[in-house]
Amino acid sequence: MTFADFIVINAPALLVAIPLFAAFICPAVGRISTTARNVWVMGAMLLTAAVAFILAFTVFTSGTVIYVFGASAANLAVPLDSGGIPIRIIFTIDPMSAFMDIICAIAGVSVLMYSLSSESKNTSLEGYYALFLLMITGVFGMVSTGDIFNFFVFLEILSLASAGIIAYRIDGGLAVEAALKYFILSTLGAILILFAIGIYYGQYNALNIAMIAQRMQFTLLDRIALVFLVAALAMKCGAVPMHFWTPDAYSMAPASVTAFLVVASQAALYGLFRVVFTLYNVTLNCLVVGWIIIILGILSMVVGVTMAIPQKDIKRLMAYHAVSQTGYMLLGVGVGLAVLGNAALTSAFGFTAMEGGIFHIFNHAMYKGLLFLTAGAIIYRIGTRDLNKMGGLGHNMKYTMIFFIIGALAIAGIPPLNGFASKLMIYESVYLFNPILAIIAMVVSILTLASFVKVFHSVFMGPKLPEYAEVKEAPLPMLIGMGILAAIVILFGLFPQPVVDMLVAPAAHALADQGGYIASVLGGA
Amino acid sequence: MLWNLPFITVVVLTFIGLVTVLMKRNLIKILLGINILESAVNLFLVSLGYRAGGVAPIFTLAPSDLMVLPTPQALTLTSIVIGVATSALVLSFAMVLHKKYGTVDINEIRRLQG
Repeated sequence: MTFADFIVINAPALLVAIPLFAAFICPAVGRISTTARNVWVMGAMLLTAAVAFILAFTVFTSGTVIYVFGASAANLAVPLDSGGIPIRIIFTIDPMSAFMDIICAIAGVSVLMYSLSSESKNTSLEGYYALFLLMITGVFGMVSTGDIFNFFVFLEILSLASAGIIAYRIDGGLAVEAALKYFILSTLGAILILFAIGIYYGQYNALNIAMIAQRMQFTLLDRIALVFLVAALAMKCGAVPMHFWTPDAYSMAPASVTAFLVVASQAALYGLFRVVFTLYNVTLNCLVVGWIIIILGILSMVVGVTMAIPQKDIKRLMAYHAVSQTGYMLLGVGVGLAVLGNAALTSAFGFTAMEGGIFHIFNHAMYKGLLFLTAGAIIYRIGTRDLNKMGGLGHNMKYTMIFFIIGALAIAGIPPLNGFASKLMIYESVYLFNPILAIIAMVVSILTLASFVKVFHSVFMGPKLPEYAEVKEAPLPMLIGMGILAAIVILFGLFPQPVVDMLVAPAAHALADQGGYIASVLGGA
Repeated sequence: MLWNLPFITVVVLTFIGLVTVLMKRNLIKILLGINILESAVNLFLVSLGYRAGGVAPIFTLAPSDLMVLPTPQALTLTSIVIGVATSALVLSFAMVLHKKYGTVDINEIRRLQG
């Protein structure tokens, strides 16, 4: 077996193993020199991203990949002497998981590149990078695993690492307060998830998602488990009315981390979709659960944007917009779920709605990451996050301003940027489902635009302020980090159709196709 | 009835834990409430793994076809380890907050608003 084969076969394990190993070695490497540490961290991230792309390529060209830990062959899910039960921990990477892997890899590389200079002034960075790599581990693990208890473990790794990194710059206690709020809610959510896992195990003697899905009876206990999982994961992804931690955590975390926290929230969103589509699928009352998700989405959109408008802190404002944008994804996928049992409606607009919602996950991670990074660059240069104290920065920070414009237009859904591509799919399909929902979605977009015009005006426009006369452009690594994201925002906006055909449509179909998921793990259909 | 005793205990512990988390204002007490909730889940998992007349899954002692699956015990062990990490992190947050704000009362730890 050649080295290349080894990498391809073991890609799912390496995806988690590389960042985990690098995270714990990072403090030791940091003792040698700062450069060695930066090279180590960046090298580990690039290697992980490369593995993620190789894995995603395999999945999109030759179908779902499964990886069984500790088995004699990597794809031997059900050993002959186990009586048809998958007894080992299994990673199941279907196109939806591969799609999330790509998002995490791109965001991870650009955010880490940005961190190398945005954090360079601070001390004790070994712990910072170690926690960051643990977050990467958590997200890759959550989106790749095919075992529900494993999902819980990676969720906890992600929560612990995120809380630690949010509180990392104590900031007079404010950052710790934000992290505490986030962490207590996360822990309560995790306890609910563990209860749900216990309920499944008690009934079906299985922890493998495919196995539980195959045996699913939808008893009263399963309904309770569904409520626990939906509540906990909706809280983790920051949907209204469980969004209270989002603005605090997003605004107090270091800017580079915030851009990645967006991806972390979307890993929870992935978990939510995985639960309703793969674990339950048509056994549940799709219309009711679909409407619950739609209502969560609509509430998030409206409350998020209305809370964003009066904010004076630039990162807090963007955090509320993140809540609002999460609503679009819930709306799109919720509509897809609501018509799931009905083949005619599903092919008429259900799949388009799901594709729109899933495509929006990708686009949101890119433009929202970009916006948080520009906010970070501004704060890095002028040292305040108060919008009222900013002004005239367009004279000195031209590239940052251009990146901000790209991000702001994308979030408002202005063509030809990527936000428009996915929002258009959501508008069109949701309009066929229920016109009022589509109109609400459009109004929220307009309010988003209004809010960002205000921010743009107060940060970049106007005469040069005397106190900021000496402000310089952001350093080059930060610009490269933002540049990667901005390039993707534009590219995906100009050519959305190939992306939808190659990545998004397979992901949406994999999500809706419960039988295919079960068959890929357990064999047979 | 006696069979259900562990599950009744789980419900009672969950209730006590939730009330503690929601009603108490002291951060340390909230953490204790979370720990009680964690114990409830652990008890739930362990009780699920009990089979009457089952043999502990130790290879040298048990006949090879009659062992109880050790999965719930493994889950519980993992969950306990995660619980320790959680407690350590919340306690360190409480220490920092006490140093900076001079209180661990969550009604006074409210400087982030809006």
